[in-house]
Amino acid sequence: MRIFDPHIHMTSRTTDDYAAMHAAGVRAVVEPSFWLGQPRTSPATFFDYFDSLLGWEPFRAAQYGIAHHCTLALNPKEANDPRCAPVLDELPRYLVKDQVVAVGEIGYDSMTAAEDTALAAQLQLAADHGLPALVHTPHRDKLAGLRRTLDVVHESALSPDRVLVDHLNETTVKEAKDSGCWLGFSVYPDTKMDEARMVAILRAYGPEQVLVNSAADWGRSDPLKTRRVADLMLAEGFGEDEVDRVLWQNPVAFYGLSGRLNLDVPGTDATHEGNSILRGGA
Amino acid sequence: MTHRHTTRNTSRAAHTETDRDAQSQLDPGNSTPARAGAGRKGFGGPDRASTSPSGDTAPATLTPPSALTPPSALYRHLVARLGESARAWLEQALTEAAAQPGIHGPISTWELRIAEAGRRCGPEHADAARVLILHAARAGADALSRVYFQGTAAERRAVLHALPHLVAGPEAVPLVEDALRTNDTRLLAAAVGPYAARHLSPHLWRHAVLKCLFTGVAVDEVTDLDRRARGDGELARMLADHAAERTAAGRAVPQDLYRVLTLSDPTATPPAPAAEPGVRGGDGKES
Repeated sequence: MRIFDPHIHMTSRTTDDYAAMHAAGVRAVVEPSFWLGQPRTSPATFFDYFDSLLGWEPFRAAQYGIAHHCTLALNPKEANDPRCAPVLDELPRYLVKDQVVAVGEIGYDSMTAAEDTALAAQLQLAADHGLPALVHTPHRDKLAGLRRTLDVVHESALSPDRVLVDHLNETTVKEAKDSGCWLGFSVYPDTKMDEARMVAILRAYGPEQVLVNSAADWGRSDPLKTRRVADLMLAEGFGEDEVDRVLWQNPVAFYGLSGRLNLDVPGTDATHEGNSILRGGA
Repeated sequence: MTHRHTTRNTSRAAHTETDRDAQSQLDPGNSTPARAGAGRKGFGGPDRASTSPSGDTAPATLTPPSALTPPSALYRHLVARLGESARAWLEQALTEAAAQPGIHGPISTWELRIAEAGRRCGPEHADAARVLILHAARAGADALSRVYFQGTAAERRAVLHALPHLVAGPEAVPLVEDALRTNDTRLLAAAVGPYAARHLSPHLWRHAVLKCLFTGVAVDEVTDLDRRARGDGELARMLADHAAERTAAGRAVPQDLYRVLTLSDPTATPPAPAAEPGVRGGDGKES
């Protein structure tokens, strides 16, 4: 089984997680830039973080046979801090990088005017750079947040088939699907989806344009949730082709819109013969 | 071929000589352990076959090391392996860079080309393409610093490979020092090339060699290893201490360590049996 986790924050995970993910079948991840738990106070700390997503983290992933790409953006929560807003001015030089496969996570947290501005500006940046967009939907006041998000998407230069709206659930899936956007679901203990509800949604709405992610980060989360969904899909009668579609082909198709997806794991063994062991022989 | 990148001032004889040197590194028969050479282990993996539209039967899996190959030879190698659209893209990128060299505004046009070289030429050719663009833009230490510090790991590696072609003096040593502080073995391997051989101070050079051993970077990557290690008593002491520490912990000592130890002190007695080839010198973790 091959798995592509289209939304996981590996910066917050251990190297053991990479080993476990590889053993579970994960061969590719996309790491969206996000809020780190502690609010940042200056653009420079964003740049170090972006550099890490373009440098150290792909190296760490490659050691375990996992292709790593990222999405970069000023996240909704920190878009509200005027000290961080200058990040928007520097994003263009980052959005040209080979491993950047979307603008994201953008979207709403508290639905403020500053978030409106950052969302619209970054949808435009995505259009300007030939990139799709990964749009977070808020955890509070979610349905209203989804509707406002879709309004902004429709007013933007980016067509809905280049937008992934994420963190959907039973209350938002129908309107999101009707919008023509790609549909992201985070299987995340306590606050988002779980495996059984995910399988029920797949049964009700089908696998078309559906992406399932772990959104694993520094919270109570599980980087193997993608595999657990796949296993439950099989146990509940879905075919292997449908599992592959949701957990591999759909994320490849969505992020492939960037023209920058490269699923060959880069060699880290420039150097060294023992490396194939670390790479899991993949 | 109207390419302005070719090294025009090089005499024919010297040119042939350097090309032969570069070619010898393409010959697997000449390469001791099979993983010698830095540049060919590109982003796309070390053993990827390149397709050669010209039907070239040279070992297509081997890209010449970007730091050791004259740009003119690197250019010929690359254009023979790129597809039509990638070749056209490269030609335009080199022409733009040559027409407007140096840094301009927040990001120069040729810096954009550096950023997109992987997806335009394929990851396995990105190093060479980036080195050629830097060369065409006549990037000096300032421009190279900007590209390095604003670059992805792949771009930083290309800058390190470009240093011996573009910077005569020691002013770019801070870039090498930065790379040597990382734990990314691809950057470490690129950092110990010809530029470091020429300009790194003895103390930092010794630590670079030890770090290679520690993180599992083959010492074949270290340019001028023989010359710089020979008779270096301090390096010999550091190596012997490292071997003793590994032995005390019940860990194997990498064969590379003995190779360098013998260079630095031919009378040294190995304190423990060498590890099998391929045993890592360390686990890559340094913190």
